[in-house]
Amino acid sequence: MTDSALQSAAPRAADDTEGMSYLESLPRRLVTLYLPLFIILVVLLFPFYWMVLTAIKPDEQLIDMNTYNPFWVVHPTLKHISKLLFETQYPRWLWNTMYVAVGATVLSIIASVLAAYAIVRLRFRGADTVGVLIFFAYLVPPSILFIPLASVIQAYGLFDSPLSLILVYPTLLIPFSTWLLMGYFKTIPYELEECALIDGASRWQILVKIVVPLAVPGLISAFIFSFTLCWNEFIYALTFLQSTPNKTVPVAIVNEFVDGDIYKWGSLMAGALVGSLPLVILYAFFVEHYVSAMTGAVKE
Amino acid sequence: MSTVQTSMPVRTSAEEEVSSWSRLRTNRNFVALWFMMPAGAFLILFLAYPLGLGVWMSFTDARIGRSGAFIGLENYEWLWDDAIFWLSVFNTVLYTVVASAIKFAIGLYLALLLNRNMPFKAFIRSIVLIPFIVPTVLSAIAFWWIYDSQFSIISWSLTRLGLISHNIDFLGDPNSARASVIVANIWRGVPFVAITLLAGLQTVSPSLYEAATLDGATSWQRFRYITYPLLTPIIAVVMTFSVLFTFTDFQLIWALTRGGPVNATHLMATLSYQRGIISGRLGEGAAIATAMIPFLLVAIAISWFGMQRRKWQQGGNND
Repeated sequence: MTDSALQSAAPRAADDTEGMSYLESLPRRLVTLYLPLFIILVVLLFPFYWMVLTAIKPDEQLIDMNTYNPFWVVHPTLKHISKLLFETQYPRWLWNTMYVAVGATVLSIIASVLAAYAIVRLRFRGADTVGVLIFFAYLVPPSILFIPLASVIQAYGLFDSPLSLILVYPTLLIPFSTWLLMGYFKTIPYELEECALIDGASRWQILVKIVVPLAVPGLISAFIFSFTLCWNEFIYALTFLQSTPNKTVPVAIVNEFVDGDIYKWGSLMAGALVGSLPLVILYAFFVEHYVSAMTGAVKE
Repeated sequence: MSTVQTSMPVRTSAEEEVSSWSRLRTNRNFVALWFMMPAGAFLILFLAYPLGLGVWMSFTDARIGRSGAFIGLENYEWLWDDAIFWLSVFNTVLYTVVASAIKFAIGLYLALLLNRNMPFKAFIRSIVLIPFIVPTVLSAIAFWWIYDSQFSIISWSLTRLGLISHNIDFLGDPNSARASVIVANIWRGVPFVAITLLAGLQTVSPSLYEAATLDGATSWQRFRYITYPLLTPIIAVVMTFSVLFTFTDFQLIWALTRGGPVNATHLMATLSYQRGIISGRLGEGAAIATAMIPFLLVAIAISWFGMQRRKWQQGGNND
């Protein structure tokens, strides 16, 4: 469904690049399109500009807004970033975040591929019901689960361990990835599987050698989106992780940098910037997959 | 189903010779059970079970380090008389309604703008999504700095323009704190709404607009009678998600205000964390979280009917 919509939209847009836009004069387009778009873009991007600017501003320029124009930086410095990387446990927090995100994402993708294949292609008894239940699981927010989960994690002896997050995050990722992959699997022709069955392939071989290779774009989408969600997750990490070296970047930024120092802003913004960069770089390489993941999950 | 059922056990005269193991191995229900096992295990252990446990805990006086005894509705009775709890319910509803409405308005407007022809269309679209990519807490920290009481860039600009005489205390005053967190939430949510609605807009055939233009429709009429009806189902789904995530928001508030000043920005989620984890009264925290469930059920019901309507509009019955 998602794919057919996306694929049919692309060539259509390519056909009508001009569309009806010739009906509008340039000044009119300027006022109704470019000006509002420009204002919205500036507002959307300003916090990042501000984040970057603060991260490279020397301290005296940060607090003296009269001598220096605050919208620009005169002598940029890497002091905040190097302080962050060499004098705090920031690299450790980055590593924790990466470890948790990769671990949870890989586990979720494996579970989701199996589940989506079973729901779409094995058509077992109750498959539709299971599909609906998984969709509902997508709608259960972490905010109502973190208290009981904290006691579950405690009972398993996983408190203050990144492993707890690797085990818990799949509950956020599996529903979403399964729905996304169900959409991709539906587009793979049955005939391929029938041929393989006649040739004596088992279900497992069909999945690994035929279905998964054909669904690679879907897997990339699911992987990137899941990874971003893990990186972004906050409330579970805040609840389950206590000791400073075990924290993830979002939690550490909120808890470890707030020391009441008036000069904290430089390193705080540097921390936010460095913590965002991996995701922004990943996004820059996979924009299309990202968009199809986001819209696909909603449209399915 | 027009498709061939691929794993029917082959019935031949030699059926007796097929061992029960190989028959079981090709049984789709048996195979599917194994395929569903990992996902099912995760979702049951860490989603379904905690959901039930949370409701149970709300009827106990559990504290950190001590499993509680059943105390019936005492937590709820306590909350019923608690002004801070009702303040948090009010804040949550206000936050959700105002932020979602504005997110929808700006998101739809932005989607309509992005759907028009312009140079660098793909590039602009990818830039729009950046606020959604960056972890909420990290952009919230940037907002915290923008909202700083002494060095706020907004206060500075407005002072320079001569509009205000002294700095605005964005996060120090109850009402301006509410407005500030709502603005930050809108900023974060608009890209999601805009990009998903844009995907819906792209499926609307341009020939409909051309035909309407030939018949003399104004741009408002084209929006009202073509775009809006065709977009309604996806609007329903997107807004349900948006409402759901706004209602249960935690991290933006926690990074910006932690519920202050004087509980003016406490949402139900942050109050639940405050009472359940920080004060250690797990039972009471769980009761606050459980009180969110009825609201969520309403949102899910709306989403469900929105999708049913979409299927009905597209004439499908087994998507």
